[in-house]
Amino acid sequence: MHNDTVTLYDVTLSSRLLLGTARYPSPAILAEAIRASGCEIVTVSLRREAGGARAGEAFWSLIRDVGVRVLPNTAGCRTAKEAIATAQMAREVFATDWIKLEVIGEEDTLQPDVFGLVDAARALSDDGFKVFPYTTDDLVVAEKLLDAGCRVLMPWAAPIGSGRGVNNAFALRALRAHFPDTPLIVDAGLGAPSHAALVMEMGYDAVLLNTAVSRAGDPVLMARAFALAIEAGRAGFRAQPMTPRDMAEPSTPIIGRPFDRLA
Amino acid sequence: MSATTLQMLLDELGYDEKTVGTALNQEFVRARDRAETPLREGDAVEIVTPRQGG
Repeated sequence: MHNDTVTLYDVTLSSRLLLGTARYPSPAILAEAIRASGCEIVTVSLRREAGGARAGEAFWSLIRDVGVRVLPNTAGCRTAKEAIATAQMAREVFATDWIKLEVIGEEDTLQPDVFGLVDAARALSDDGFKVFPYTTDDLVVAEKLLDAGCRVLMPWAAPIGSGRGVNNAFALRALRAHFPDTPLIVDAGLGAPSHAALVMEMGYDAVLLNTAVSRAGDPVLMARAFALAIEAGRAGFRAQPMTPRDMAEPSTPIIGRPFDRLA
Repeated sequence: MSATTLQMLLDELGYDEKTVGTALNQEFVRARDRAETPLREGDAVEIVTPRQGG
């Protein structure tokens, strides 16, 4: 298992869990959850500073102390133009060319505006960014994102923060089958560790979580639970599960059973 | 506000330039260009800092 790594752009990782940093009960619990998850990448954001507070600096200091790589997002952006400017600010502030690209098209579902997403992905890729696009499970959009320069895709399982688990297993399986060599990360919509195990069993390369951990009753324990589920699901995928059957098949050998009628 | 450049505005507001990102009218402004970026009436200035995100 120790050699089972995943490479995202030029970085090879042992952990297949990427963890969001928002909505934890406290900064201390966030730091503890990151450690408990064993993750090597956390997502971060940029926001206007409210009033005279300097909360941003304290948060950034905490993340640097934990010592994990950051993946800045463009959360909340509604146009390609906003997302591009946010990505450029993030590259300077966080000193990384990685960007989790979100262009939101609809408020109730937080569904990506896939047209703006592809436009922004192309512009940012051309500008040297390594783009992690938050997208739907649409196969054609995935093709367009790869054409635009993305080398990783992050389809949703369900709307952000919904905790519903996999809404369309067929579409996620189709994506996996269609792009066998592209790192695919399920981003958004998972609620329970079993959801993460399921997508890993499908052959997904990694999982990005936030709300499922941060809003759990015990975020630190849930971070650990997801880490175990992801490891189990990944091992299950690599071990090649048996093919389901419609009818029963005895697991104990028939030959030699007692009381069998001799012909 | 009496600032006439983006850098002067940041100084006036007391920001540490190393941990903020800036944009003017939805266009990114690099840290090294702030001192030469004039501000005009009606400009939309964005000043952002690291924050929790999903």
